[in-house]
Amino acid sequence: MIQPASVDGLQQAMASQHYIAGRGLAVSTYLALRLQRPLFLEGEPGVGKTEVAKVLASTLETELIRLQCYEGLDISHAVYEWNYPRQILEIRLLESAHALEPRAAERELFTDTFLIKRPLLRAIEQTRERPPVLLIDEIDRADEEFEGYLLELLSDFQITIPELGTIRAVQPPVVVITSNRTREVHDALKRRCVYCWIDYPSVETERRIIAARQPGVSERLAEQVAAFVHELRGAELYKTAGVSETLDWAAALVALDRDELDAATIEETLGILLKNQEDMQAVRGEPVQAMLNRALARGAGG
Amino acid sequence: MNLAFNILLFGRMLRAAGLDIHHGRLLDALRALEWVNVGSRTDVAATLRSLLVHERDEIVRFDRAFDLFFKAHRPPAPGLPLFPLGERPRVVAQPAAGVPVQTEFEDIHAGPSSATRAVGAWSAASVSRTKDFGEFTERELESARALLEHFPWRLGRRRTRRWQRASSGAPDLRPMLRRAVMTGDLLDLPRRARREAPRPIVLLGDVSGSMERYSRILVHFVYGLAQSATRVEVFLFATRLTRVTRHLMTRRGDAALARLAREVQDWGGGTRIGEALRAFNTRWARRVIRNGPIVLIVSDGWDRGDPVILSQELGRVRRCCRRLIWLNPLLGGADYEPLTRGMQAALGHVDDFLPAHNLVSLEQLADHLRALPARTQPVAWRARASAASEPPERSGAEGPPRATG
Repeated sequence: MIQPASVDGLQQAMASQHYIAGRGLAVSTYLALRLQRPLFLEGEPGVGKTEVAKVLASTLETELIRLQCYEGLDISHAVYEWNYPRQILEIRLLESAHALEPRAAERELFTDTFLIKRPLLRAIEQTRERPPVLLIDEIDRADEEFEGYLLELLSDFQITIPELGTIRAVQPPVVVITSNRTREVHDALKRRCVYCWIDYPSVETERRIIAARQPGVSERLAEQVAAFVHELRGAELYKTAGVSETLDWAAALVALDRDELDAATIEETLGILLKNQEDMQAVRGEPVQAMLNRALARGAGG
Repeated sequence: MNLAFNILLFGRMLRAAGLDIHHGRLLDALRALEWVNVGSRTDVAATLRSLLVHERDEIVRFDRAFDLFFKAHRPPAPGLPLFPLGERPRVVAQPAAGVPVQTEFEDIHAGPSSATRAVGAWSAASVSRTKDFGEFTERELESARALLEHFPWRLGRRRTRRWQRASSGAPDLRPMLRRAVMTGDLLDLPRRARREAPRPIVLLGDVSGSMERYSRILVHFVYGLAQSATRVEVFLFATRLTRVTRHLMTRRGDAALARLAREVQDWGGGTRIGEALRAFNTRWARRVIRNGPIVLIVSDGWDRGDPVILSQELGRVRRCCRRLIWLNPLLGGADYEPLTRGMQAALGHVDDFLPAHNLVSLEQLADHLRALPARTQPVAWRARASAASEPPERSGAEGPPRATG
């Protein structure tokens, strides 16, 4: 599929890529495509934000360009950088050939050959027939300066390199921005985007996600895993389990040849769900048993 | 029915409910509704939500407004009051009658102001620098407020990951190349270094009953700190934890303080420090503990909660921050010993245990924050207990009170 014709079409296309999107997410994604605006996804870690971009790229049959954000991310890592070692080498070569002539050298040294293209520039530059999907991942890790730059980029989709000139996108890329909300991203940026908060899925949706992603998991186990993780998220923990942890856990249980949950197995594999010593201690023993009982009762009841 | 008209009306309703709705987004929404199934309530809600909301905390409010608006077959006629929403979050609920803090703030409004605000007035002020805050008169409180709001905080600095040109440091290759091309040699090396920024601060302030004598000065202190150059996150607690950061982000001190008083509902209540810290750790720490902050806890350590929880949660706070400082107004008393269960549980975890009962102790805190030493073992408190009760002349030569062992 290239351009989905409707929300349902998109939802089905994503499902065929093993991504079970809730209705809200499907509508937001569809609108972002139609309005040609960035899709801003917020949610707890591990609810499948990054995955949306990957699935979107394969649905649209185009390239995925990913920019992972971190503090201090600057133009030389996000947009472009000159290849200094090669440029210096070139100067030395010209010198030794006694051919160094400042004006000509400047023209020669600042050309495409010496340019290292980083994700944002690659997303803007048109070399393919279809615009790529640009994933700006975990923007909350970058600092405010970068946000300001991004704001400018996302409004005109053009990049100016002083030595080369301005490069403008013929077709704007499909932009997906994700944030774990470790800080508030500036309103001005969010306002330009289609916003979607991704919550933890319901038990039923999570069961379907497990079934779609981990085909080796029996139906019964998938049901129990989804119900148990749901209970776990209700406990007061520093860092609870995301969907990606659920999937890892389901895979681990299959690897251990389990087709049913029991308290001993849960305790042995708890480290896949919880990544925090205090949290693990808090649920070990009785709480695990209680959560398991509730989870099993849910399966029996419904 | 005229869809455009209804959407505009709905936008008005959302604005009345306190959401920040732009005309441009409403037009987007109108356009977008042509592409989705308007027969499906879920889809229409998702469409409008995607385009009109850009904050998680607004989602609940939006959904409630949506239900209200689209439940009726006919939208409310124009001119009808648009506030049947039950609440208007931008206008915070009135405080219950008889909350003592509220009336105190009213006093501040009425009192004289701004005459003594200049930073230069710091030393000339008519406030004793060694008098305990708890014994301040109304007048002295007013002067202290002016001083604290403009307290010259200079905070320790942290190195960011961002580069800037510098006179020494790593070679900066880009300008070097440009120069090399122009002049043909690489003798003159431009340099760059990591930029520095003030260290962020997270403050957790106790406003329970036992801190009552100090809580007014505490909010002045907090407001002054929030006006400094760095990023400051502020939480107040008695039995519950309330984040008040955004109420402090205003240039008008009195308005900020009045809002604080309304927002913190358990003001003057009992203390559960451990539970408050747990709420901080589970709900907020991941969002506000960034870039190696200094965490300041202001409390007298009178705690009705479980000291085991306090110890556990405080340990976690310490592991997440650059430095954990406990400010205790009682520590100024000559015969004070931190014997309360809460204080006993806390001492094993804090980096600094400092007094905060008079202006001298705050000056010393400011010096301490400016030259923050590397983290040592948790403190022995006794070494500094009496430091702030004897006013040193402000020679600048003396360091902050600090334990060495």
